[in-house]
Formats: sequence, C-alpha cells, structure tokens
Amino acid sequence: MNSTVVRALLVRGMLAGLGAGTAALIFAYLVGEGPVDAAIAFESAGAHHEAGGEELVSRSVQSTAGLATGMLVFGVAVGGIAALAFCFALGRIGRFGPRATAALTALAAFLTVYLVPMLKYPASPPAVGNPDTIGDRTVLFFLMIALSVLLATLAVLLGRRLAPSWGNWNASVAAGGAFVAAVTLAMVVLPSGDNVPRGFPATDLWEFRLASIGIQAVLWTVFGLLLGYLAERVLEPRAAESRASALTA
Amino acid sequence: MAQSTAAPNPTPVTQAITPLPLRSVAPWAVFVGILMLVLLYFVGAEQGAVSALSGEGVHEWVHDARHLLGFPCH
Repeated sequence: MNSTVVRALLVRGMLAGLGAGTAALIFAYLVGEGPVDAAIAFESAGAHHEAGGEELVSRSVQSTAGLATGMLVFGVAVGGIAALAFCFALGRIGRFGPRATAALTALAAFLTVYLVPMLKYPASPPAVGNPDTIGDRTVLFFLMIALSVLLATLAVLLGRRLAPSWGNWNASVAAGGAFVAAVTLAMVVLPSGDNVPRGFPATDLWEFRLASIGIQAVLWTVFGLLLGYLAERVLEPRAAESRASALTA
Repeated sequence: MAQSTAAPNPTPVTQAITPLPLRSVAPWAVFVGILMLVLLYFVGAEQGAVSALSGEGVHEWVHDARHLLGFPCH
C-alpha cells in the first residue's frame, strides 16, 4: 500500500521534473544561449585548441536539440531524486502539508545542490577553464555539492534537537547560523577553482552566470509548485478536490 | 466539475501527515535513485574528467546544457 504511494509520488516527481526541465529549457534558450555564443566567439578569436578541429556537433544542434536533451534529462533525473527526498521529508520536518513540503524540498535542493556550491565553483562558459585541470575541477565541484548537502542535513538534525528546549524560531536560527558558518569554513579551506583567461569580457561572464542561476531558479520553482500540486492529489484527494471546486464555483 | 459543486463546505484537512515508512521508500530510493544518478552522470560529467564511452559525442551533444547547468565542462 505505502509502496504504491511512493511509486505514485516518484512518477509524479519525474513528470514535475519534465515540466520544470521544459521551463528551464525555454529560459536557457532565450537567456543563456547569447552568453554561450559570445564566449565561443571569444574562444575562436583566440584560436587555440578546439577552434581548429572539425565540429562533431554543430552549434545550431548544440543550442537546440542538444540543449533540450540536457535540460529535459536533467529535469527528470533531479525530479526523481527530489521526489524521493520529498517522500522522506513528508511528515518528518514539521506540520507541513504536501504542497508546503514540496516547496520546501525544492527550495532546499536549489540552495544546497546548486546555489551554495556555485558560490565557490560557479558555472563557467566555454573558453573559461583550463582543459588540463578538468579532473581537479570536477572532483572539487562534486565534493562541494556533497559537503553542502551533508552540512545542511546536519543543520536540520541540529535544529530538530534544539527545537524542544529553544523553541522553533531560535532553533531554526541557530541551525541556519551553524550551516552558514560551516559552509564558509569549507569554502575558505578548499582551493579556488577560477581560471578565467586574460581578456575575457567580464560582462559576458556575469551574464552567463546570471543566466545559469536563473535557469536553476526557474527549474526548482516550477518543480516545487508542480510536485506540490500533483502530490496533494495523491495524498489528500479531498483537500485538493475542495480547493478545485472552490476555484470553479 | 458540476457534480462537485454540491459537496459540503470545503474544510481543508489540517491533521498532521503520517510519514511514509522508510521500509517502503528505501527500495525505490536505491533502484530509481541509482538510475537517476546514472542519467545525471551522462548529462553532467561523461567524457569530461572520466569517460565510459570513447569519443566526444555525448560531451558535444549536451555541451550547452552542461555549461549552463553549472557542471565543469572542459
């Protein structure tokens, strides 16, 4: 019985991820492709490694079908994982209904898996990043994500431990403060990953990174709202129905 | 839609939600979780630092998404 509920939520999580990936794709196509093209133009002007070789996948395919593949597969995959986190969080993080739990799960994922790690190792356009250090940069990038998720989990456990004696507000503030302090320490200790070539336009770098933040913000916002809507219809069909009839009445 | 207008005063359910038992979440988390991580690997990291397949096809195909989603690309 419960296993069917988990399966139903998982399927809806992946559907919500597909919808979120579609929204992110539209945003990325409209806002993100400009800075990518500008970076590639800078790279070709410098005419080093990749520019000379034969193109395996043309730019017009990369910026349409390629971009769509990446965004949609990413959306479905993180949607599935976030739905599992939602199943775990439901009823365990306080008195929140399905929609609030879905919104909080999406917010937590955006913050811990994307925003906090990107403060240390931000998204970089083509031409930024030395191909010789791709191994180190990949390890540090995933290490930062793992650390951020781990520290956030510890902070939530700390908050729950303190809540009975300190009250919900003070416990949440203390847990949030501990998370910020621990993440700051990790960022100070880990090596810097930046490798911007001389002469790369600062405006283009800023626009690229802003587009990257926007893509992830769109993805997780749409995901949280869609999953909440779909999950409520699975878990509390009567509440969902009465809300729908209040709208149409 | 028409039938549900006759429903009694809509009172939202406010009782606390019972958590789903871990035993029913765990099998899905293991099997589907791993499958999803494999998908993420192909979008985010294949033919970057490590390659399961030879060549550059996967890397080049998802190139723009990989950069814009924040993964280290090349």
